[in-house]
Amino acid sequence: MTEPLIYELSSAGRTAIEMPAPDVEKAEIPASLEREELPLPELSEIDVVRHFTRLSQLNHGVDTGFYPLGSCTMKYNPKINEEVARLPGFALTHPLQDTALLQGNLALMYAVQQWLMEIGGFRAVSLQPAAGAQGELTGILIIRAYHEDRGDTKRNRILVPDSAHGTNPASIAMSGMEVVEVPSDPRGNIDIEALRSQCGDTIAGLMLTNPNTLGLFEEHVHEVIQLVHDSGGLVYGDGANMNALLGVVRPGDLGFDILHYNLHKTFSTPHGGGGPGAGPVGVAAHLADFLPSPIVDIVEVGDENVPPLYGLVEPAKSVGRMKLFHGHFGVLVRAYTYMRMQGNEGLRDIADHAVLNANYLRVKLQDAYHIPYDRICMHEFVAEGKWDDAPEVHALDISKRLMDFGFHPPTNYFPLIVPEALMIEPTETESKQTLDAFVEAMRQIAREAREDPEILTTAPHETPFGRMDEVRAARQLVLCCWPVDE
Amino acid sequence: MAFIPHTDEERRAMFEAIGVEGFEDFYQIIPENVRFPDFDLPGAVTEMEIAAELQALAEVNLNMRHVACFLGAGAYNHFIPAAVDEILHRNEFYTAYTPYQPEISQGTLQAIFEYQSLMVNLTGMDVSNASHYDGATAFAEGVIMALNVHHGKRKKVVLSAAIHPQYRQVVRTYTRGAGLSLVDDGAIDNDAQTLIETLDESTALVAVQYPDFFGRIQDWTALGEAAHEVGALFCVVVNPLALGLLKPPGAFGADIVVGDGQPLGIPLSFGGPSLGIFTTLEKYVRKMAGRLVGETVDSRGQRGYVLTLAPREQHIRREKATSNICTNQGLMALAATVYLSLMGKQGLRSVAELCFHKAHAAAKRIAALDGYRLWNTGDFFHEFVIECPRDVKTINERLLEWDIIGGYDLGRDYAELEQHMLIAVTEMVSEAEIDDLAAALKAVSHD
Repeated sequence: MTEPLIYELSSAGRTAIEMPAPDVEKAEIPASLEREELPLPELSEIDVVRHFTRLSQLNHGVDTGFYPLGSCTMKYNPKINEEVARLPGFALTHPLQDTALLQGNLALMYAVQQWLMEIGGFRAVSLQPAAGAQGELTGILIIRAYHEDRGDTKRNRILVPDSAHGTNPASIAMSGMEVVEVPSDPRGNIDIEALRSQCGDTIAGLMLTNPNTLGLFEEHVHEVIQLVHDSGGLVYGDGANMNALLGVVRPGDLGFDILHYNLHKTFSTPHGGGGPGAGPVGVAAHLADFLPSPIVDIVEVGDENVPPLYGLVEPAKSVGRMKLFHGHFGVLVRAYTYMRMQGNEGLRDIADHAVLNANYLRVKLQDAYHIPYDRICMHEFVAEGKWDDAPEVHALDISKRLMDFGFHPPTNYFPLIVPEALMIEPTETESKQTLDAFVEAMRQIAREAREDPEILTTAPHETPFGRMDEVRAARQLVLCCWPVDE
Repeated sequence: MAFIPHTDEERRAMFEAIGVEGFEDFYQIIPENVRFPDFDLPGAVTEMEIAAELQALAEVNLNMRHVACFLGAGAYNHFIPAAVDEILHRNEFYTAYTPYQPEISQGTLQAIFEYQSLMVNLTGMDVSNASHYDGATAFAEGVIMALNVHHGKRKKVVLSAAIHPQYRQVVRTYTRGAGLSLVDDGAIDNDAQTLIETLDESTALVAVQYPDFFGRIQDWTALGEAAHEVGALFCVVVNPLALGLLKPPGAFGADIVVGDGQPLGIPLSFGGPSLGIFTTLEKYVRKMAGRLVGETVDSRGQRGYVLTLAPREQHIRREKATSNICTNQGLMALAATVYLSLMGKQGLRSVAELCFHKAHAAAKRIAALDGYRLWNTGDFFHEFVIECPRDVKTINERLLEWDIIGGYDLGRDYAELEQHMLIAVTEMVSEAEIDDLAAALKAVSHD
C-alpha cells in the first residue's frame, strides 16, 4: 500500500501548471541574489492529483467512519460550511483592504462575537486566537495584565487540576508564570481542600476545564470559583468541552472570568487533519479592555434604512496582537453558518444529544469495561482499557483493534489520572445504530482479550498499514526526503 | 434538528437503557439558578436560507474578482491552480483529526512529511516542523526557541525595523513575560552594518525579513557571520514564493527561517487561515516547537510515517514543553504541498519571475510620473515603496473609482513614511492594469 513520495514520482522536465509569458519588459535579476538550484519536484497534473487522492484514501475521517476521540468533538462537518467559506466575496478579500468595503466580513465577525458572548455569558469576545492553545495563552496573558494593571504584581502562580489537558500548563509556562497542580478527589472533582490550601495572595488564577477531561461536571463548581475569587484570583475556563453545555449553562453565569471556545470542536468546523482551528476568547466585563486587538465594533450606529458601520478597534488595555490580521476568518464563516442553522432552540439539542449518546455508550459498556468514575457523565466518559485476567492487553491494543472494525480509536492514555485510559466522546451527530455497532465491537474486543489476546496485541489487521515502529522513528530521525536525482 | 439523527423511538430506547426519564435528568448536578438560560439568538434557518444569506453578505464586500489589486504587505493575491482546492475538498483530509493513530492517518502524515521536505528544500535548511498558525506566530516561536537555546541567559533580541510591524507586535505579545530587551526601533534602512553594531554577547537572536516589509532584497551573509561571532542565532523571515527566484536564507547562514505560507496556494480569506513556516538546522531539532513527522516502518515492513519527538510537546511535557502549540495548520500545509507539487521546479520560478518583472515594470512607470518618487534604492522583489504627492488614504479612495485597490499606507506604521505607499505586484496583474494604475495615479495626484 506504500505510496511513493512526490520526489520519487518526479521526472526531470515534467510540468503541471504553465504560466503565461511576461506581458511586460523583463527587468534584470540581480545575479548575486539569484537562486541557482530550486530543488522542487517535477510532475504532471495527473501525477499530483492521483498521488494526493491515493494519500487521502489512507486516512480515516469523520466522513469515512465513527470517530469517538475524547475531548476532540469529532462531530459531522456540514458541507454547506465548505461551500460558503469559498464564496469569492469572502475568500478573495484582502485583510488590509479598507474596512468600509468589507462590511460583509465585519458584520459576520460582529455577529459571531455577539453570539459567542450570548452562548457563553460574557461581555466581550475576541476572535483573534488561532486555536484552543492560543486562546489559553491569550487568557493567561489577560489574567496577568489584569493583575498588573491593578498594581498587584506578586501574583505569578496559576492553579491547574491534574486532569487538565497538557496545553494548560504549557500555556502558563509560556507566559512566564508558575504552574501549581491541584489533585482530583475520588469522584473526579477538584480536591477542594487541596485547592483551599493553595489559594492565597500569590495566586493569579485557576484554569478549569468543565466538564473536565473525565467528562464530569465539577460538582462544587460554585465553591471552587468562589475560593479562587475570594483569594483575588481569576478563573479561566478551557472551553474544549463546551459541546456539553450549549443551552444548558453559560460559563459566565457560573462565575468564569474568561473562556476560550473551540470553533473546530463545538461549532462544527473541520479539524483539517490537525488544523486550522479557531479559539475565540470571551471575557467578563472587568476584562473586556484587555482583549487582544483588533476586535470588531460598531463605529457608526445605523438605523432602519442604513446598516451600522463596523470597524476594527483596539481595546484600551489590550494585551496586544496574538497573530497576523484578524483571526481565522474562513473558520469563522463556517461557525457562523452552523450557529445560524442551529439557532436559539437548536443549541440545547446539541448538548442534549451529545450527553445522551455519551451516557448511552457508558451504560452499554460498563459490564465489559471498568469505568472508574461511574456517574452520569456529560459529553464523554473515560473507561479503563485493561483487565486483571488479560494482563498482556493494554488500552493501545484495544485502540488498534478497533480500527479493524472501521472505527477510529478513543483518546488513549489521557487523562493521566486514569490508568490505561480510553476517553470516549461520541458527539450528537452519531445515530443509535452507529453506537450499537461500536458497543458490539468493544464487547467483542473484551472477549478477545481473554480468548485470543494476540489478535489484539498484533492489531490492526485490516488497515492498509500495520503498527508503526515509533521508537525507530525517534531514534533514526528521518524528517524529510531529498530530491532523488541528487 | 440540524445534523442530529435521533428519532423519538430511539431517544426513548436510549433513555430507558440509561435509566433516566429525559434530558433534564442529565443536568441535576448543574446549579439550578443558572441551568437552562434563555438565549437571545436568531431563530434557526435552513441550509437553503443560510446559503442565500451568506451570498448576500459576501456580495457586500469588494473582492479581488472585480478589481486590480496592488495591496500586499504580508498577504498576496496569487493564482491558485484548480487542483489545489480539489484536493482540499477530499473529506478524508479535512474531516480527519491530528494523526495520532498512524495506521489510519498515513494520508495526512505522508503529506506533512512531504510538506516538511518541500520547506527544507525551498528555504535551504535541514529540518521543518509541521507548521504554525501563521508567519507571525512562527516568528514568535523562533524568538522563544533562540531564548531556550541560550537557556534563558541571553535576553537581548534584535529585530530589524523593516520586519512586518504585525510580526514584531506578535513577538512582543508572546514574550511579554520573558523580561526581554527587544530592540526593534532601529532605522528602517535595513543597513547590515547598523544591525551588526547592535549585536553583543547578550544577544540571543537577530532577525531580518527577506524580502523585507518594503520589498527590498539583499545578501545577508555578513549579518549571519556577525551573529555567529557573538553566539547569537540568525533568523530570516521570508516570503516563500520569492524563494522560487532568490537565494534561500540557508545560503546566508540562517539558523531559523520563518515565513507565512499564504502565497503558496492559500486564498486571502481576509487574512486567515494561513500557514506558518518554520525551518531550522538539525542541531536545533529538539528545541523546535510544533509537530514533526518522521519516517519509519510498520509491522509488515512497509515504509510509513508517524508523529515523532513528541517528548518536546505539551501533551507529554506539559509545563516543560518547548511551546503550548497543539494544532498545526494541517489543511493549509496540505494546500502548500499540493501547490508546490503542481508548480514544481519550473512553475514556481515562473510565478516568482512574473512577480519580479511586473513589479519592476510598475515601479518604472510610476516613478516616471510627476509628483511620485521611488523610495527604494537597490534591489527589490515584488513590492516597492512610492512617495506620493498627497496622503495615501485619499489616493486609495480615488483609485477605487478606477477599480483599483491601491497599496498599503505606510504612514499607519511608520511616522517617517507619511505619504508613502507600499505597492505589491503579483502575476495576477496584467500590463494593462499596470498602465491603468499609472494613469490613475497621475489623475489623482491632485484635485
